[in-house]
Amino acid sequence: MSKLVIESVSRIFPGLRRSVPTKALEPISLEVAENDFVTILGPSGCGKSTLLRLVAGLDRPTTGRILLDGTPVAGAGPDRGMVFQSYTLFPWLTVADNVAFGLREKGVPAARRAAVVSEWIERVGLVGFEHHYPKQLSGGMQQRTAIARALANDPAILLLDEPFGALDNQTRALMQELLLGIWERERKTVLFVTHDIEEAIFLASRVVVMTARPGRIKAEVLIELPHPRHYTIKTSAEFSTLKARLTEEIRVEAVLAAERLTPAHAGRPSSPPA
Amino acid sequence: MKPLVPISNSARVALGVLFFVLFLTAWAYATLGGYVSKTFLADPLTMVEEGWLLLTKHGFLFDIAITIWRVVGGFVLAALVAVPVGILMGAYKPIEAFFEPFVSFARYLPASAFIPLLILWAGLGELQKVLVIFIGSVFQIVLMVAVTVSSVRRDLVEAAMTLGARDRGILARVLIPASAPDIAEILRLVLGWAWTYVIVAELIGSSSGIGHMIIDSQALLATGQIIFGIIVIGVIGLISDFLFKWGNRRLFPWSLA
Repeated sequence: MSKLVIESVSRIFPGLRRSVPTKALEPISLEVAENDFVTILGPSGCGKSTLLRLVAGLDRPTTGRILLDGTPVAGAGPDRGMVFQSYTLFPWLTVADNVAFGLREKGVPAARRAAVVSEWIERVGLVGFEHHYPKQLSGGMQQRTAIARALANDPAILLLDEPFGALDNQTRALMQELLLGIWERERKTVLFVTHDIEEAIFLASRVVVMTARPGRIKAEVLIELPHPRHYTIKTSAEFSTLKARLTEEIRVEAVLAAERLTPAHAGRPSSPPA
Repeated sequence: MKPLVPISNSARVALGVLFFVLFLTAWAYATLGGYVSKTFLADPLTMVEEGWLLLTKHGFLFDIAITIWRVVGGFVLAALVAVPVGILMGAYKPIEAFFEPFVSFARYLPASAFIPLLILWAGLGELQKVLVIFIGSVFQIVLMVAVTVSSVRRDLVEAAMTLGARDRGILARVLIPASAPDIAEILRLVLGWAWTYVIVAELIGSSSGIGHMIIDSQALLATGQIIFGIIVIGVIGLISDFLFKWGNRRLFPWSLA
């Protein structure tokens, strides 16, 4: 049975003043099975983050509906944990208190909270940094804390919005392995948004390719690489074939997206006569 | 000198002290050298001498204490009212819509212009002085706190929502802690303004305080006393500023780390 059901969900942002409304998402339907790891791959500005925000309940769809375990999504809630691209740790809380945030909101007793927190801090490799403030951490460590913070809350589904987008390549590769390792052990249902083709393949059991704005689903590709996956898999022939195929799919869209930004078209819909 | 290039700590202190020395020298040169009449401007030595007499013979310490009491009293009352109102305005848009237009209007009402009215209402006692400071501070704090709270990073609020925080939790555990250091900074700033209000309040219809001493000294042409009074205010301001900064560093280490 599907954990998450997205039923012909679209999102149109109303235009400011008299400008034309922006169509961010064409009606999209997508199902995510329990324990599945799905990546949504698309060029910048294709509406993939919008889709994730709709699932998180941080935004409302213009049409359609989203069901989690059969219940319609209405507003944000702790059953859908989220990791953002920007660093969103609470700067006034230490690493441990950040990870404990959701549990505290739920009213979990202190002793139980401490046990869960130390377990997650260990799993993301931050032992010894429990009492550091976010400002004292590197970007990769901040995102590890953010992942631990989301998972300590034990959400039904984990949503990640280009969480490693701001990290350097080496750190990003390590973070991918960390996340995949956690998934291989926990088998959480995961929806992961990225524009990085290699990242999408390496992590996922299914890659959903989106078109340039307005976003639609263009293709779905099953990734049948065996688990546990080692980083060396990125150089295998199978991986290269998948990468070549997805590169083709995404390139067409990137070209389309870029064309819309050329001067001949730029500003046309959004600048009404004064 | 190159733009934005930092200097060493010792050089910074030396340059800061240097200006005080130059200022004093110029003052001493103008007065002791006889270029300015003693009637209009006392020389530094007379100032120190008269200041010493004020402190030892005329009970000026009592005036200082009463002025500090008035500032702190009015300021604390204003903060107790304004900080919660400002936080609620920043967090809840209907509350903002309700208060904001009036507060924006009221903050342009000069506190000193209320003094005659306040004397009619509250007499010449302490309440009147405290009210001047209260009126001068409260609207400023409300508006600045409201702006600070409403500009807390949206993504922090959203992160808290995906972690299960509800309205109260977002207010108590995101909006307030996120804006606490800025609120402390606002209070530091407004306390500085409160000092100007208290002196104005004491210049009119008062029988004690630093401002009262200054107006008395004017009648006696004791410019040394006036300058001493002004310098005392400056020193107290500097000390309170220092205490605030020190307190903020202790309370909010995360914002500086």
